[in-house]
Amino acid sequence: MSFAGLVFILIKIVVVFALLMLTVAYLTLLERKVLAHMQVRVGPMFAGPHGILQPIADGIKLFFKEDIVTKQADKFFYFLSPALSIVPVLLIFAVIPFGDKSDIFGLLKEPIDLRITGLRIDILFIFAMSGLATYGVVFGGWSQNNKYALIGGLREAAQLISYEVAFTLSVFGVVLIAGSLQLDKIVAMQKDMWFIVYQPVGFLIFLTAAVAELKRTPFDLPEAESELVAGFHADYSSMKFAMFFMAEYASIVACSCLGTILFLGGWLGPSFLPPFVWYMIKVFILIFVIIWLRGTYPRLRYDQLMKFGWKFLIPLSFVNIFVTAIVILLVR
Amino acid sequence: MVGPLVKGLMIVLKHFASKPITVHYPKEKVGSLERYRGLQAIRRNPDGSLKCVACGLCEVVCPPKAIKIEIGEAENGRRYPISYTLDGYRCIYCGFCEDVCPVNAIYLTREYENVRYSKEELLLDKKVLMERGEIVK
Repeated sequence: MSFAGLVFILIKIVVVFALLMLTVAYLTLLERKVLAHMQVRVGPMFAGPHGILQPIADGIKLFFKEDIVTKQADKFFYFLSPALSIVPVLLIFAVIPFGDKSDIFGLLKEPIDLRITGLRIDILFIFAMSGLATYGVVFGGWSQNNKYALIGGLREAAQLISYEVAFTLSVFGVVLIAGSLQLDKIVAMQKDMWFIVYQPVGFLIFLTAAVAELKRTPFDLPEAESELVAGFHADYSSMKFAMFFMAEYASIVACSCLGTILFLGGWLGPSFLPPFVWYMIKVFILIFVIIWLRGTYPRLRYDQLMKFGWKFLIPLSFVNIFVTAIVILLVR
Repeated sequence: MVGPLVKGLMIVLKHFASKPITVHYPKEKVGSLERYRGLQAIRRNPDGSLKCVACGLCEVVCPPKAIKIEIGEAENGRRYPISYTLDGYRCIYCGFCEDVCPVNAIYLTREYENVRYSKEELLLDKKVLMERGEIVK
């Protein structure tokens, strides 16, 4: 690859990374504000007008906090796991497209892809990476030598193994219709009709499994505040804790992007708004739904979680795949 | 199975759209109720002298012993408090002192912001209590 091409890729990486980190920081504020209003409160109000500077204040606070390493911790994995949990999530953003080919309002001579890079197996890559992210949490829970963290890590492992299956299977319907694993081609296929119309059940399974994958209420057993203190990150402090946190919020953004691309038509929409704006609107609607679920439902019991995963969600996603396949076979 | 889940979501959405009920406390105040028992004050006579006759009943009745009185006698034989100290941090705001006072001198106001930066600032002496108190006809 030429030097110019390398610089170009680097610029794209820096832009995506910076925007992602900004989104992640302000997602914490968004979540606190939305949850507060759902509980008829107001949320952060003091750092800047309506708490607009709260994420920056939080960041400074976390940065200057004392970095505690407990005596009994297994040092190697203790230091490794925050990185292990955030790197796969960042890698997912290497393949997620943010728009169609664009010349950015005539700034560039040739139109470029609004994504860092494309693989021919985008979806496979994303699921591989989201599976890898489990290791960060499991190692983190184990390396602290702390019973709460260990239980959190074990729950995380069991939950992710259960829900990863339904998560992956829910996308199969879309892949069958689109006939491609490439995300930009899947979006292009939705020009006439969004896939949520063909795959309503698939979308619901995707959303449920995604919430479970993201370890969020009502499936937040790995970090259940009221019983496990903080679960797998109980003994982490300062920036190591912040990295777990950033990983969690970055994966919310990743899942919402994926849901938008697979089911909601990506950046397609009426032409009075630019494609990127449509994309962002859809992503933030999905993020809002995920926060909305947290504001509504109580945490499931552990056996309920497992039963729901194995006895309901996975069979349902199999049925969904078979029905989709048969319909496709009959139509074509 | 799905019905109640959707119903819950709708209730949350309804609350999301409604106006928050938060009172931004130090900026906005709710005030206290009419019969609230807050920080004490001592009533004054129209000429500005203290109504208290230093009988010592409030000092005796005070459960946490928050009141200390030094009793003095004037030329005309009237008793008056040389010093009257009420520790606002010891006080439990039971209102016994108000009940027991034979001349209706000490009383509890509706003042509820009894937090100060140092303990001494709530050691209310005669002068402060007098200034807080109302003048009776």
